[in-house]
Amino acid sequence: MNFFILSLIKAAVVAFVLLTTLAYLQWAERKVLAHIQLRVGPRRVGPHGLLQPLADVVKLITKEDMLPSHVNKFFYFLAPFIAVLFALIPIAVIPFGTEINIGPIHTAMQLTDLNIGVLFILGISGLGVYGVALAGWASNNKYSLLGGLRSSAQMISYELPMTMAIAAPLLLLNTLSFRELVNAQAGYYFGFIPRWSIFQAPFPFLIISFLLFLVAAFAETNRIPFDLPEAENELVAGFHTEYASMKFAAFFMAEYCNMITVSAVATLLFLGGWQPLFPAEYGSRFIPTIIFAFVGLICFSHAMNPARPFDRFTLPVFGVVFLGAAAIFLVPIVAAVLLPLFWFSAKLGFILFLYIWVRGTLPRFRYDQLMNFAWTFMFPVALINLFIVGLWVALT
Amino acid sequence: MDALLFMIFAAIAVVCGISLVLQTHPISSALSLVGVMGALAALYLLLGGEFIAAAQLIVYAGAIMVLFVFVIMLLNAGTEHKSRKSPWAKYGGIPLLVAFLGVVAYLLGNTMPAAEAVRFGEFTHGTALDIGRALFTTYLLPFEVTSVLILIAILGAIVLARKEID
Repeated sequence: MNFFILSLIKAAVVAFVLLTTLAYLQWAERKVLAHIQLRVGPRRVGPHGLLQPLADVVKLITKEDMLPSHVNKFFYFLAPFIAVLFALIPIAVIPFGTEINIGPIHTAMQLTDLNIGVLFILGISGLGVYGVALAGWASNNKYSLLGGLRSSAQMISYELPMTMAIAAPLLLLNTLSFRELVNAQAGYYFGFIPRWSIFQAPFPFLIISFLLFLVAAFAETNRIPFDLPEAENELVAGFHTEYASMKFAAFFMAEYCNMITVSAVATLLFLGGWQPLFPAEYGSRFIPTIIFAFVGLICFSHAMNPARPFDRFTLPVFGVVFLGAAAIFLVPIVAAVLLPLFWFSAKLGFILFLYIWVRGTLPRFRYDQLMNFAWTFMFPVALINLFIVGLWVALT
Repeated sequence: MDALLFMIFAAIAVVCGISLVLQTHPISSALSLVGVMGALAALYLLLGGEFIAAAQLIVYAGAIMVLFVFVIMLLNAGTEHKSRKSPWAKYGGIPLLVAFLGVVAYLLGNTMPAAEAVRFGEFTHGTALDIGRALFTTYLLPFEVTSVLILIAILGAIVLARKEID
């Protein structure tokens, strides 16, 4: 098919899926946080609160869009635009799966495979700092200014250990393009340990890189335990204090999109992208089927003695949906497309769950502790880690 | 297509450069400079230097200019006020500028070698692999000397910015 039309279709699909995932990531966060805190979370708007993101979008769109009187108008409007723009762009280089053939079309499950993919994402994330800094400054409000400056200083401080943590698997896998990075993590050690980057020799140091990258990613995306710049009880609301309806939604969307991007980068660099956990001859093709069937059966069994009266109707519906999903993975043509996507999504979902779990569990760093942590602990550790990995690569 | 893209990004770079000078607020000037950096990165990409384009975005637009913007925000530099200009500046400024540019263009046109049209896509040695190899083999000494230079700059900054411990 014509390259442009195919790219347009792929871009439309990826954009749609990304925006839906953003909305439902917010739902998942509220539900998981709620269950960590021994409460239930949204449950009124639609079954189990599944229409809550829709309600939130409607609310945010229809809220009064105030413009405070003394803000610097141009930058006030530019800042959320920049934040969202540079948060949505990196998804263009993230590969979701292998090359697939749909009928006559042969294409890769990725919008574009730049041969400097990793550098592209680092560059665009670096440019995302402008959104936050300008938002804080343009709001003409001392809390916003402080929040914006702290947030930007935090983001650029943690870019350094993040980049050095990324450099370790890049040294081993020897390429900057994401597709080649994942393809270099194919295969198995001893027949059953996947050759993911965290399992590659030297053994513990890439796990240290992975942990460093995760911690730096928490700081880059301004999430707990590093979210002092937007903490509600410290700085009113930090850099987005003066922003109302859709502009606030833009910052919100930018934060979740940044989360998805760094989780995707962690998955591709460290956890092997779409490579399955154990070889196909031990049955890794049936894992999605088993998981979905299990969940469907749990839904049915809970529907027998429902905790809430309407669960007698909604839970069997979910059960049927999950069993249908399990059945789809058994169809060989569709499974070839969906299996890599399943593994990628599972690992991405695991890291996002880790994000939400940490948010519900840990307290917040004070700002000077945060900056100290970056410069006096993470930077030397990342440097030494990189030295050791480099030494190992040079000696072999 | 390449000529069109070159025209677009070159126009963006020139417009941002002019706006850098003409803006009255320092933050607007700083962001115009970021626009120039971005357009230059796109031009490097068109010429085939993809690593340099990425490095331009990461280092220049994403770190150095962020620090510029920080300093401007922290110093709370306000809008500049137009001062009374002398008649020489008001009426002779633009004609003198045009004359200067004309002289420079004439001199450059006479002394530089004849430029043939640049063909985009000719240069294929811009990948990270080629630049890494060149940095560590042919250009090793300048690379190491540059890192010592940066170390000197860091030491100078620390000395200038430290507080005296009494």
